[in-house]
Amino acid sequence: MTAPPPLLATEELTMRFGGVVAVDRVSVSIAEGELRCLIGPNGAGKSTFFRCLTGQYRPTSGRVLWRGRDVTGFDPFRMARLGIGIKTQVPALFDGLPVVEGVRLAARRLHGERESRRLADAALDRLGIAHLADRPAGLLAHGQRQLAELATVVAPGPDLVILDEPTAGMGAEETARTAGLIRELNRDHAVVVVEHDMQFIRAIARTVTVFHQGRVLVQDSADRVLTDPRVRDVYLGRAAA
Amino acid sequence: MTAAGRAALHIGAAAALAAAAVTVLPGALELFALINATVWAAMALLALSLAFAWGAGGILCFGQTAFFGLGGYAYAVAGINFGDGALAVPVALAVATLAAAALGWLMFYGRVGDVYMGVITLTVTLILFKFANSTAGEQWRIGAAPLGGFNGIPQTPPLNWPGEPDNALTPEQVFVFAVLCLFGCYAAVKLVLLTRFGRVAVAIKENELRAELLGYDVRAHRLGVFTIGGAMAGLAGVLFANCVFVSPTMFSLAYAGQVVIWVLVGGVGTFAGPMAACVALQALTAWAGTVPGFDPNLLLGGVLLLAVVAVPRGLLPTAQSLLVRLRPRPRRRGAEERPMAPAE
Repeated sequence: MTAPPPLLATEELTMRFGGVVAVDRVSVSIAEGELRCLIGPNGAGKSTFFRCLTGQYRPTSGRVLWRGRDVTGFDPFRMARLGIGIKTQVPALFDGLPVVEGVRLAARRLHGERESRRLADAALDRLGIAHLADRPAGLLAHGQRQLAELATVVAPGPDLVILDEPTAGMGAEETARTAGLIRELNRDHAVVVVEHDMQFIRAIARTVTVFHQGRVLVQDSADRVLTDPRVRDVYLGRAAA
Repeated sequence: MTAAGRAALHIGAAAALAAAAVTVLPGALELFALINATVWAAMALLALSLAFAWGAGGILCFGQTAFFGLGGYAYAVAGINFGDGALAVPVALAVATLAAAALGWLMFYGRVGDVYMGVITLTVTLILFKFANSTAGEQWRIGAAPLGGFNGIPQTPPLNWPGEPDNALTPEQVFVFAVLCLFGCYAAVKLVLLTRFGRVAVAIKENELRAELLGYDVRAHRLGVFTIGGAMAGLAGVLFANCVFVSPTMFSLAYAGQVVIWVLVGGVGTFAGPMAACVALQALTAWAGTVPGFDPNLLLGGVLLLAVVAVPRGLLPTAQSLLVRLRPRPRRRGAEERPMAPAE
């Protein structure tokens, strides 16, 4: 009996920049429907790992597997076409276009015009920003930009959503609300969240993979990770033993 | 108003303007002035071709004249060999389109950065300029057509009715044809922007990464936009060849620079602006050329400096913003080419 392959997995993924090994033989696997947090202090290699998953970086060695299929070195648009919705750390939006046009275009690649309009309206409603539909994306406030990008990412109905630091620049209240939102998104999509905010991890309360110096330090449930002395050491800046 | 409604309105207005031009001008203008007007229409089409590549696709092509010149030369060479100008038009369009597709493929699939794209396109047009200049002498001929070096091809054949090589178009008819081409291309690019391809092209200009992360192949879309722009520039070259004749000047730095100036002054992101700026600046430099001891390029440079400093977004977008502001109850989106918010 063979178990179905994980939705997304990396095998010994390594990314080197000259002499710096930003990601060092990382093997992580995400199951269908899972909600996973990748955390680690600044410089732990999370964002580099994220960019290897999204195709923005071509890993030096190792493999990226999508449902068991080798997709290493795919361009970002081919990764997206697999059914991955990607949210970047600094919201990437079509600044000169109305918010709704960007969300429609997100759905338009897979659906007809009428269906795209419906999906876009539904996504804006779901994120509570229907009133911003006609506003040019460039005029939104920071928190609104984050939500607009989330709407863009979920509109086409991806199987997996990857979020890079979705709470960057948010206050405590907004962070808590975003955590709730991400758990809500998880009802329909597998979600990978790259974060370094511990409060956020606590609010999400699912499996956590901790990065440190380009490697996986611990992988466990949120409450165990949060009480793990090694993780505390890493976050407080002491050398991990 | 919806995007489609706005486009219909703009195309309707352009149709009225084109109809007025073809009914009034051929009777009202003397022959020399009419030929000049045809040159301006050809140049306006060249401006439109860059306005599309740059404004809709975000591709700053500094060498739009490469395709303009190639279209003109291909028309002249094919026309001389076929003895039929009408048959030469599709050949010219094919040459310009293929050249744009090949150059675009190298740039976009080679992931060349934006700044280098400007450098590469300008370099290509200047290489063509050098090459065309060096084709003096009997050995430089394609079939029956001598390339003529510095002098170009003065015996560029005139357009004729399809299937009737001996029935050449009169200058009035060439003018009407040029206006129809200009209007047709304007309507076409407006309609392209309503398709998924056009909307994605605009989105790529706004944020390349986001478009790519949505699963759109940025390279293919940019190649499409660039090739359409090249084809239009080629058609402009055919029209130009019919009023003047083809010569290496078509590839020159002066021409390449002028196209960029027209689009900058008229407003990147609009189509009508660059076309209007093209005609206005041509009229202005033509007039300045008659002032003894004055270099019209000085005037052109002055206008560019003034535009960059005083109206950095270009004339049309600035005029649109002013209109929006002057309205008693400003709407969030007026009838602009692109949705634009008033300053809040």
